[in-house]
Amino acid sequence: MIEIKDLHKSYKMGSNSLHVLKGINFKVEEGELVAIMGSSGSGKSTLLNILGMLDGADTGEYTLDGVPIKDLSETKAAQYRNKFLGFIFQSFNLINYKSALENVALPLYYQKVPRKERQEKAMQYLDRVGLKPWASHHPSELSGGQKQRVAIARAMAAEPKVLLADEPTGALDSKTSYEVMDLIQKINDEGNTILVVTHEEDIAHMCKRIVHLKDGVIVEDKKIEQVRAGQYV
Amino acid sequence: MWVFDRDLWIEIFHTLGKNMFRTFLTMLGVIFAMVILVLLLGSANGMSNGFNKIFAGTASNSLFVWGQQTSMPYKGFERGRRIRYKIEDADILKKQIPEIEVLAPRIELASHRGTVTVYRNGQTSGSSVYGDYPEIDNITKKKLVEGRFLNQTDMDQSKKVCVIGEETYKLLFDKGENAIGEDIRINGVYFSVVGIYKPNNNINIDGENAVFIPFATFQKAFNSGDLMGWMAIAVKENTPVPVVENQIKDILKAKYDIHPDDERAIGSFDMSEIFNNITAFTTVLQGFSFFIGIFTLLAGVIAISNILLITVKERTKEIGVRRALGATPKIVKRQIVVEAIVLTTFAGLVGFAISVGILSIMDSMWGSGDDFPFVKPMISVPQFLVSFILMVGLSVLIGLIPANRAVRVRPIEALREE
Repeated sequence: MIEIKDLHKSYKMGSNSLHVLKGINFKVEEGELVAIMGSSGSGKSTLLNILGMLDGADTGEYTLDGVPIKDLSETKAAQYRNKFLGFIFQSFNLINYKSALENVALPLYYQKVPRKERQEKAMQYLDRVGLKPWASHHPSELSGGQKQRVAIARAMAAEPKVLLADEPTGALDSKTSYEVMDLIQKINDEGNTILVVTHEEDIAHMCKRIVHLKDGVIVEDKKIEQVRAGQYV
Repeated sequence: MWVFDRDLWIEIFHTLGKNMFRTFLTMLGVIFAMVILVLLLGSANGMSNGFNKIFAGTASNSLFVWGQQTSMPYKGFERGRRIRYKIEDADILKKQIPEIEVLAPRIELASHRGTVTVYRNGQTSGSSVYGDYPEIDNITKKKLVEGRFLNQTDMDQSKKVCVIGEETYKLLFDKGENAIGEDIRINGVYFSVVGIYKPNNNINIDGENAVFIPFATFQKAFNSGDLMGWMAIAVKENTPVPVVENQIKDILKAKYDIHPDDERAIGSFDMSEIFNNITAFTTVLQGFSFFIGIFTLLAGVIAISNILLITVKERTKEIGVRRALGATPKIVKRQIVVEAIVLTTFAGLVGFAISVGILSIMDSMWGSGDDFPFVKPMISVPQFLVSFILMVGLSVLIGLIPANRAVRVRPIEALREE
């Protein structure tokens, strides 16, 4: 599903150049649930941004579902993001003047799905995250966990190839975190490929594979025994 | 077509409605600009209409020619010779200058601008007395209060009839007294009144205290022979009056042995010159109004652009999220430009409605044009369309500034902003 070869990325900080990713090689198969771990500054967010086509790599190859991702124009990148990727952010990033339903329907709007079909589909995904009764509520009326579930529904609505979660539990207490992880696990059980960036050990162990990043290189890449989040909920 | 994209409109009204007060304040600039533009244009139009009303009844392409005294000796004649035209000149001129549409000779009793005592039942008035051709009515239209103007039958039969001015009527008759059919006496000759005219509050070459009698009657009654005092001439449309004026002067100079360079022997007055001046004045006024209005509008639209820039800044994160979810730069841009158009158009229409209301009030208060030239102040449909298209055009151009700002921020940077 995802294939990365010898990926390099550096940022210019004034006159200095900060080498963030120093040759990443990594492969994700369909249906995997991968945790990308590392301390801050390890390059994990940068990696996720490149995977998410929000940022470009300096050198190296990136193939997503057989499509080479290289030198994309903003328009092409936006289309690919819409088609291939679903984003889950630490701070939810819901649009606060739109209802939960409208938020979930937004990626479908950019796919030019007709209004009625869009609403139905969005409602379906809200139902899957258990928030159907909250469809008409605005983000300000929802709890943190609910907001993240709306965000997950939104990420899934466009039926992407890969879900990218950037610290999805970073702004949540542990109980809610487990609820969200439970949901992510269930989505993964249905065969969806998910990448989770986290620095929390317990969250990482709820995935099926952990990739450890340190100073811009992968120091460890192992399959693990998944801890089901359901038991804590 | 984006115009039919219901979701785009929902998005836009969502964003605009989110901050009603700010949206309203933003629009104020454009509302005021539109009010100023329409008021200025409407007032300029009102003045133009007012002037037109003043000149209504006077053929704009007309001139008047009369005789004066020579100022140069020529062919043995001394200077200071008085030029007196003959009635035959009218036919000569008409024949030689095809551009002449109407030529109405006139003769005046006593000297130029002089008055004659008119009697009636012991009442008198010092009035100007003119012998006229009925055609004069095609050049300077008289507003008749009662009766009729002189006609061809009066002329053919040399009827002793007259048309008098309202001022003359007041001097000779009691208030409310019937004058039609009554006789008045001029130099011992009786004339029956057939019409009374009213000064129409505008250019009035003949004055209000005057008596008009048929030219033929004048010749017989006052023994003027074949003399002619002056001529009122209307030239054909699209012919410049000065050209005809020069032709007339050349012919008359040759006929009466006037030195070709003598500027004073023949008096003339070109009516079209005044019209041209006033038309030029009102055109400049309208142009100026447009100029000021458009720049005010520009200022108003820039204010909208400014607010949108602030909005874009505030919405950086939201725009980042949208782009992460698949909004292309084009979609983001389009939304902001359409917001600018919607704001401007709506504000423009509100301003237009307000100013049209004000113009109507102005019209009902001063629009009669009696006191000063101001009639039907309103902007025309083409003027409205031009200002509206300009306004929308400006809003698109100006809306592109915040729109470009919105897409210049990379989604990753937008998302990072907390």
